[in-house]
Amino acid sequence: MNESGDGGSSGWFARLKSGLARTSSRLVGGITDLFTKKKLDDATLNGLEELLIGADLGSVTAGRLVQHLARTRVGKDITEAEVREIFAADIAKVLEPVARPLSPDPTKKPFVILMVGVNGAGKTTTIGKLANQFRDHGLNVALAAGDTFRAAAVEQLKVWGGRSGATVFARETGTDAASLAFDALMESRKRGDDVLLVDTAGRLQNKENLMQELQKIVRVLKKLDDTAPHATLLVLDATVGQNAHSQVEVFRSMVGVTGLVMTKLDGTAKGGVVVALAEKFALPVHYVGVGESVEDLRPFSARAFARGLMGLEA
Amino acid sequence: MFQNLSERLGQVLTRLTKRGALSASDVAEAMREVRVALLEADVALPVVKDFIDKVSAEAVGEKVIKSVTPGQMVVKIVHDALVEMLGGTAPAEGVDLAAPIPVAILMVGLQGSGKTTTTAKIANRLMTKNRKKVLLVSLDTYRPAAQEQLAILGRQVAVETLPIVSGQMPIDIAKRGLDEARKGGFDVVMFDTAGRTTVDDEMMAEVAALRDLIKPHEVLLVSDAMIGQDAVATAKAFNDRLAVTGIVLTRVDGDARGGAALSMRAVTGKPIKLIGVGEKVDALDVFDPSRIAGRILGMGDIVSLVERAAETVDKEEAERVALRMMEGQFDFNDMLSQIRQVQKMGDLKGLMGMIPGLSNALKQAKGLNVDDKVVKRQEAMILSMTPKERRNPDLIKASRKQRIATGSGMSVADVNKLLKQHADMSTMMKRIKKMGGPSAMGAMINRMGGLPGLQAPRGPGGPPMFRR
Repeated sequence: MNESGDGGSSGWFARLKSGLARTSSRLVGGITDLFTKKKLDDATLNGLEELLIGADLGSVTAGRLVQHLARTRVGKDITEAEVREIFAADIAKVLEPVARPLSPDPTKKPFVILMVGVNGAGKTTTIGKLANQFRDHGLNVALAAGDTFRAAAVEQLKVWGGRSGATVFARETGTDAASLAFDALMESRKRGDDVLLVDTAGRLQNKENLMQELQKIVRVLKKLDDTAPHATLLVLDATVGQNAHSQVEVFRSMVGVTGLVMTKLDGTAKGGVVVALAEKFALPVHYVGVGESVEDLRPFSARAFARGLMGLEA
Repeated sequence: MFQNLSERLGQVLTRLTKRGALSASDVAEAMREVRVALLEADVALPVVKDFIDKVSAEAVGEKVIKSVTPGQMVVKIVHDALVEMLGGTAPAEGVDLAAPIPVAILMVGLQGSGKTTTTAKIANRLMTKNRKKVLLVSLDTYRPAAQEQLAILGRQVAVETLPIVSGQMPIDIAKRGLDEARKGGFDVVMFDTAGRTTVDDEMMAEVAALRDLIKPHEVLLVSDAMIGQDAVATAKAFNDRLAVTGIVLTRVDGDARGGAALSMRAVTGKPIKLIGVGEKVDALDVFDPSRIAGRILGMGDIVSLVERAAETVDKEEAERVALRMMEGQFDFNDMLSQIRQVQKMGDLKGLMGMIPGLSNALKQAKGLNVDDKVVKRQEAMILSMTPKERRNPDLIKASRKQRIATGSGMSVADVNKLLKQHADMSTMMKRIKKMGGPSAMGAMINRMGGLPGLQAPRGPGGPPMFRR
């Protein structure tokens, strides 16, 4: 399942690009405007910086990209296409080191993946899609319905279990998530599953007590297997702005996030903050979600993302 | 929410207020920093530009330069512009029910913005505060178990939900819902819809068709407060297609800097009606622009605090304690009573953030971790005291301390800390008595709240001074 995702797989790139197109058309349209009107002077550079900020890259990253452009090109003749190429290349360079697929270690039985994130980021849906994909690759998959807080979250995961043929460990809403995770891992181990995906309730990172609950889940998993969870994925919604910094920072320090998943890239949001996150935290970005169906959860490709963002062909 | 933005703006503006005279370049410099602060708070770029232009134009005006305290004039200009951007000084409105019953409300938004939870929260509010009979209808046939989620939430808040007929299409469910609302004599019928991206033409057409059928009195756009620059595109797309009547911001209790609130109102011209402030079903507040603007500028939100207090505090008990305080008396029974009143009002950090000046002070005292557990422990220690000890704290010496510590699972050092704290509070009460009772304190609070923040004390130490 972990094809390199180098942008060659046309389906995913087309989807991502069509998703990003609206963003990029705004971004690129903006760049075109700037260049039909002005030369590469300070005003133009300011305009470029604002366009990048408009894509959620954040003022620091946007500033750095524009400065890089200014250092190499100011006063010289430059076309709008060149600016796009330069930005895309710079962004891809930032993203390449973090574009790393997630491959479950076959020696771990099961390979435990813990899903964390704020409310509504798309954890349960991502688990459902992952379960399907792992199953399609012949892995035995179990799901732990650890969101015991939100109404019907357990039912939601059960539906995904039914669709993918994955076993679902569940108890009723309101029970202790940590003890459910513990029992799920114990059971999954007995059965010799390849992968155990543990869902958790969404929580805002500034809720200290809820973050401690999450730590407890990690703690009890370690009682059974001190290398577990083998992957802790933070799910980020592409519409998120600069608050993503705070989310990554807090979730990483509290539960040792090992990688990111960015969902909902099929809307107008560009998820440009991922570029700033890559610079700051260097956490791998494993997957992006570009649609509702199972195959729309795809490995993250730096080049495709960067070029899509700038409205360029792969 | 808003704390970070509040801190950043506070720093910039405090520098200005410390100046005697202001030059145009001082203001320009400050505005550049305000611009970055707003952008980092995810305020949409076009909104930031308008804001800066407007504030700059006013701030270099003659009125400011010639005023005695130009810095504070600028703070006032920024405050007023923020209020305006957030929806002006018009009173907070909440959900509009001025229509023939059953009043239909349509909830729309992106995936994961919090529509279903918000629907239940609003229903709960309409039922408990407005005494309305509400029917909930889920039109989300896409996300697995979404209809069940609303049904469960409905049961939790004791509001009726339309029975689920599996396999039924949204448009048919909507018809059934309208029918049931009329027949069942409901005052309000709320329709929750599936989350959708604005570029999905099919889904946008679906919700438009639903809107045409339901003819809702309110179309509420639900948005996550953590949304970034996409707020503009999303708000605009939903508003253009569905003529949104109001916005509900969710997860305002997070640490997002609140740019979405500022942008969405500005882009759509539609009011932000409600904000979600926690996971509980009653964690929904009416949005009040001037209070929020005050909070953004670190001026606190004393009005919300007082309201929250009025809703939860046992009045008789409070009066009893107040009477004793006036007499300069304060024993452990009073302390226990206070602890419990505060606990009822909710999370301590949230409460302290509402007190003018304290939000900045809290930020600067980084080590100060306000923990609700601390309060719980204090309560446990007091409960381990005998009634006699509570009335007469001086009795508590070595062996009694040991017993209290054991009884509450704390250490003697913790008991000592509690005693010291009580002694400090008791001294304070006596001082208040000398000042002339609680009315003196009331006057103090009035002074702080009356002139929006201009007199509010900044935190101890204050931010590092700006050097030219």
